This record gives sequence, structure tokens and C-alpha cells, in this order.
Amino acid sequence: MNLALADIRHRLGRFLMTCFGLSLLMAVALAMVGIYQGVVAEALALSRSLRADLWVVEQGTRGPFAESSRIPGDVRAIVARVPGVAEAGAITLRTAEAKAPQGILRMQVIGHEPGRPGGPSAIEAGRGLGGARFEMVVDARARLPLGATVELGGDRYRVVGLTRGLVASGGDPLAFVHLRDSQDLQFKLTPPAARRALAAGAGAGSTDTVNAVVARLHADADPDAVAETIRRWKHLAALTDAEQGEILTRSVVQRARVQLGMFTVVLLFVSAVIIALIIYTMTMDKLREIATLKLIGAPDRTIVGLVLQQALILGGAGYLTATAVVFASRGLFPRAVALGPAEIAMMAGVIGLICLFGSLVSIRAALAIEPQQALGG
Amino acid sequence: MTARITLEGIGKTFGAGETALRALDGVDLAVQPGEVVGIKGPSGSGKSTLLNIVACILEPTDGRLLIDGQTVWDGRYRVADLRRLRRERIGFIFQFHNLLPFLDATDNVALAMTLAGVDAAEARARARGLLDYLQIGRRAAAMPARLSGGEAQRVAIARALANRPSIILADEPTAALDSERARVVMDLLRQVAQDRQTAILVVTHDEKIFDRFDRMVALRDGRIEQDRRRAA
Repeated sequence: MNLALADIRHRLGRFLMTCFGLSLLMAVALAMVGIYQGVVAEALALSRSLRADLWVVEQGTRGPFAESSRIPGDVRAIVARVPGVAEAGAITLRTAEAKAPQGILRMQVIGHEPGRPGGPSAIEAGRGLGGARFEMVVDARARLPLGATVELGGDRYRVVGLTRGLVASGGDPLAFVHLRDSQDLQFKLTPPAARRALAAGAGAGSTDTVNAVVARLHADADPDAVAETIRRWKHLAALTDAEQGEILTRSVVQRARVQLGMFTVVLLFVSAVIIALIIYTMTMDKLREIATLKLIGAPDRTIVGLVLQQALILGGAGYLTATAVVFASRGLFPRAVALGPAEIAMMAGVIGLICLFGSLVSIRAALAIEPQQALGG
Repeated sequence: MTARITLEGIGKTFGAGETALRALDGVDLAVQPGEVVGIKGPSGSGKSTLLNIVACILEPTDGRLLIDGQTVWDGRYRVADLRRLRRERIGFIFQFHNLLPFLDATDNVALAMTLAGVDAAEARARARGLLDYLQIGRRAAAMPARLSGGEAQRVAIARALANRPSIILADEPTAALDSERARVVMDLLRQVAQDRQTAILVVTHDEKIFDRFDRMVALRDGRIEQDRRRAA
């Protein structure tokens, strides 16, 4: 007979309530791990989606995410001719607020040339950008339906396609538009400003400027060698995709990661204390029973098993509920809660360890109970 | 015949120096198989200390304790050995029955057997047999909270008998029962003692059951003041 299970069955209501309370705490901790992972995943979402091997940006910068970068539009053709480069595409990036049917919508606008690197890797619904101007492919996070009209920089864009999971490092949905539209949006002066520039003799200025050129390499090309060639001979900065990923996670979202990481650690610490206290209370509630067990000759392993099994059952049931709660509610979070099998398993291990260590104090207390305590009134 | 319990010059002192308290002083007592012995005395007379020493949970300061002729506390016994001794040789009955509230009557009895290594199915079968023997078989599936005081105490007696102990130690087993149920419980204990040649030592204040003992030992200030056998 299993004493731990029998005791749980006997106090099932209380156990379930304790379990539920604990599961909510674990759910918060698990959600924090998911949000932490989500920040990293979102930071890398754009660069992964573009499937670029190289990022060519303005010399002396680590753009276009960590720093501002501006390079002439014809750099794309120059990069495309570098040995080892299979194809290249120019892109612009700009955070913008658009007027959408549901109100002001903050988004990261990516300008690219359809048919060249720089566009979304997959379209969830609708189609990619066609030949017409003022079309937009936007991520589902923007909650815009196909055919919706969005006003951006005084122009009206029509949503022709939807992507999924493509957001900027800040969590804003990505909106893909034609490079030319994006360049106008970003670099074209307003008529009064253009007039002032002309009057000052500076001209209205060219808008053929891009923020970066993304390049895909031939399978046998060495990204580091091609990057070095571009740096040395073209007077541009070139980052491999690995370097760009490093910048995104170590620089762009570093503070957010550390903040979330610290908060997660604090939550886990609080969880550990609460779990330990619950297990201790559950054990002390059975003081007389444990004393009786000892008096009738139960070996220590029976007492240890009783406490430890209940701790692990409590932790396991609580964690299963927590996982279900987080998965059921993660769509409600404004930012991604990225939980995969690795994170779930890792947290299960952490919770298991917490239960294990949390029960040590209780086991020690249980073993210290004197059998005499069963005697007398 | 070897006495089930033998106490030779047992003494127990708590603390040391000026605060030392002599709880037992030179107690000699032998309880034979099948004998039901009552221990009475005022508070502080040493009854509980005596019971704890015989239960092998308190080491005497002086003297020698023998159970079934074997010396306990001779330096060879470790905690695990004492627990095994309690598991296999001693049955306990408490004032408030101390049944585990999360096990039904059968499992409460069977638990004592499984702790001694009996297979769970066999333990349950034997537990039902014991409950029948104590005329409580119809309540075998009841949880302790559903049992009356007398029923719970019968289950506790069944648990005490689970491993066929040579000794049963009872601490105020009738204190929570009315006169009639108290007498029934004592009669059951007498029957067990006779049927199984078990020595039964009962600490009690309950005057209504004094006539149910073969011997009544009165303690005062840690010494045996009176050791009187019931007239045949």
C-alpha cells in the first residue's frame, strides 16, 4: 500500500486546492521562461525569416538592428557580383505607426524587392507582394485581415498577404512593402522640406538609399571569407548571419533578457520557498501519524518515502496543471511565449529539484519526530 | 518459563546536576506470557517513563531490560534494531487509538504486517481475519473517522496483534471509552493474552477496569509501591 497516495486521497480536496495554487505560481514561472525565450526568438525572427548568409551594412556600423545604417541602393548590385554570392537583395527597415481600422498600429516596416532576398520566407494567407505599389504583407500579430487598408506616411496600403511569427525584437509585427514605397516613406522629403533643401542648393536628394543588403551565398562559399572580401574591397561592413544573431541577442535585447532572466530566477526562488513551506506544513500535519509509524516500527525509508512521494506528486501535478494553463493562455500574451519540449523538460527538472530540496527540510523534521509523541493524549 | 518482560533494577534520570530528575528508581518487574498487568500511579510517578523504556524508545540510565529473555540496550542495539524489535515483538495500543486516518480499518492492520515484510495481499487477508477475531469484521472497509471509539480501539488492538507480538503495551486504552466499552476492550485484551500467551502491560488511571487485571502494580515517585495479584 502506498501511504503517500492514500493520504492524498484522504485529503483530496485540500490537496487539489494546494496543487492548483501552486500550479498558478509555477505557471507564472513557466510563462516567464517562455517570455524569455520569446524575446530571443522574436529578436531572431526577422533575420531567420530572411535566410540571409550575409548582412552588408554601412562601414563602421553593426546595423541595421543594433545601429543605424545607410548605404546607396546600388550596393545591392555590387554585392551580387562578389564571388560566392548567389543572390542579394536590398532592404530598408523602419518602425512606423500606421492608421489601421482598429486604430493606431505600431509596426516594423521592411522594404524589399519581390523576387530577391529580403522578403518573408513563407506566406500564411493571401500572397506575397506583386508588381503593384502600395501593397503590404503583414504579420498576423497586427490582427489585420486580408484586404484591409492601412494608412502609412500619407499613403494607403492594401494588405495582400499574412505571415505568422514574424515580429521585430520589440515585439512589433513586421510589415513588408515594396522597396520603392519604403524608400519614399523613409527618405523622401515632404514638399516643404524639399523646397527648403532646393533653396539651400542641396537638391531634393535621392531616395535610392537602403539600410542593408542581405546576401545568400553559394553552398560551397565560406561566409567569413566573403564577408572579409566585402569589408576589404568594398569599404562596407559585412556581418555573417551568426554575427548578426549574436548582435541581436547579446546587444539588442540583452537588457530585456537579463531583466526577464533575473525575474525568472526570483520567481523560481519564491516558488522553491513556497513549495518547501507547503511540503513542511503537509508533513507537520501528519506529526502524530509519523510518530505512530515510528512507534510501530516503520523504517526511515517509509517516512522518507511518504514525504518525498507527496512532494513529487504535488510538484508533478502542479507542473502539469501549470503547463496546461500556460499553453491555454499563451495566445493572450502580447508577446511570444516560446515554450518547446526543451523548455518544458528543463522546467520540469528544475521543479523536480525544487521539490526534492524543498522536501529535505521536511524529511529532516519528520525523521526528528520522536516515537514517544504517539503515546499520551 | 521465560518472562516476556523483565525489568531488573531499572532506573531513569532526566537531566544532570541540580536539575536532574529521577523518574524511575530500581524497578524490578517480570511479566509472564498470558499475563495482563496494570500500572497505576499518580502523575509523575514514572508510568509513562516505564512504558517508554519497555517500548524500547527510551534508554534506561540503570538496570537491565529483557524482552523474551534477550537483553535490550546492551550497546549492540541501534535505532533500526530497536524499530525491528518493536515491529516484530511489541504491539501498541493508544489512548486515542492513533489509527492512520488515511487508511481504512483493514489497511491500518495490514500496514503493521507489510512493515514487517508480509506480502500486501496476504497482509490484508490476515488483517481481515484479525478483525473478524475481534468481532469488527463488518467494519473492515470503514475509515477511522467513521468508526466509533470502541470500534476504533478494536481496530487498534487488531493492529497491535498484527505481527503476533509477544508483548502488548497499552497507554490508557480505555480512557476515551464509557464503562461498558472499556470493559469490553479489557475483556478482549484478556482473551488475546490467554489465546496467544501475550504479555500485556497497561498504563491506566481508569478505576473501572482495575478488576480486569491479573496484577496491578502501583508506582509512586519512580518506585513500585505495590504489586498485587488478583485473587484467583
